[in-house]
Amino acid sequence: MIRLQAESIRLEDLVQAVQDDAHGAVAIFLGTVRDHNIGRKVLYLEYEAYTDMAVREMEKIRDLALEKYDVGRIAIAHRSGRLEIGEASVAVVAASAHRAAAMEACRFAIDRLKETVPIWKKEFFEGGEAWIEGAGGPMRPV
Amino acid sequence: MEVRFRLFASLSEKAGATEGTVTLPGNATVRDLWGELVSRFPALADTGFVPLVACDMEYAGWDSSLEDVAEVGFLPPVSGG
Repeated sequence: MIRLQAESIRLEDLVQAVQDDAHGAVAIFLGTVRDHNIGRKVLYLEYEAYTDMAVREMEKIRDLALEKYDVGRIAIAHRSGRLEIGEASVAVVAASAHRAAAMEACRFAIDRLKETVPIWKKEFFEGGEAWIEGAGGPMRPV
Repeated sequence: MEVRFRLFASLSEKAGATEGTVTLPGNATVRDLWGELVSRFPALADTGFVPLVACDMEYAGWDSSLEDVAEVGFLPPVSGG
């Protein structure tokens, strides 16, 4: 299950999508909206995506993770639009027979997602707003 | 040939446009298309970063040919998650 969605992420749907009787480990990464960033108080975020490409890139990550790790299924969901503090913006869920593969696949998928999937967040903070472009920081001149 | 362009995040804000079309000579590259966009939207001359490029939704280089390409996206460094 790969989703780019305007509505809230329902973790139980993702768990259900990957879980089956042959796989006894389900690893979950959940990213939520933090109330601070680089020393400023964050009020809310808005996510913009290159929608069709973002879905394709997430599918590629899933396929790569399935090749690389001994996992049964992987589900990825990412939000679009406005998100309040504490809301889940991204979830990666992986199921494997034993725990190591699911946890590694989860880590791989979220790291890769942050590098390749065309989604951007705009931060609305006390006193202003700014696009966050590039992992983690404010706009970095090249 | 006619190519559709897409701009995202700060690039679309600077340009004041999210998409459009540009007519270019047959041997044009992504770099040529960007040059046209900078003429059309002068604010794009100073982006603060080198945009990533996607041709028909696959990452591509600045010297990629636009032959048989329908849509080119110019992307700021991504910040999903």
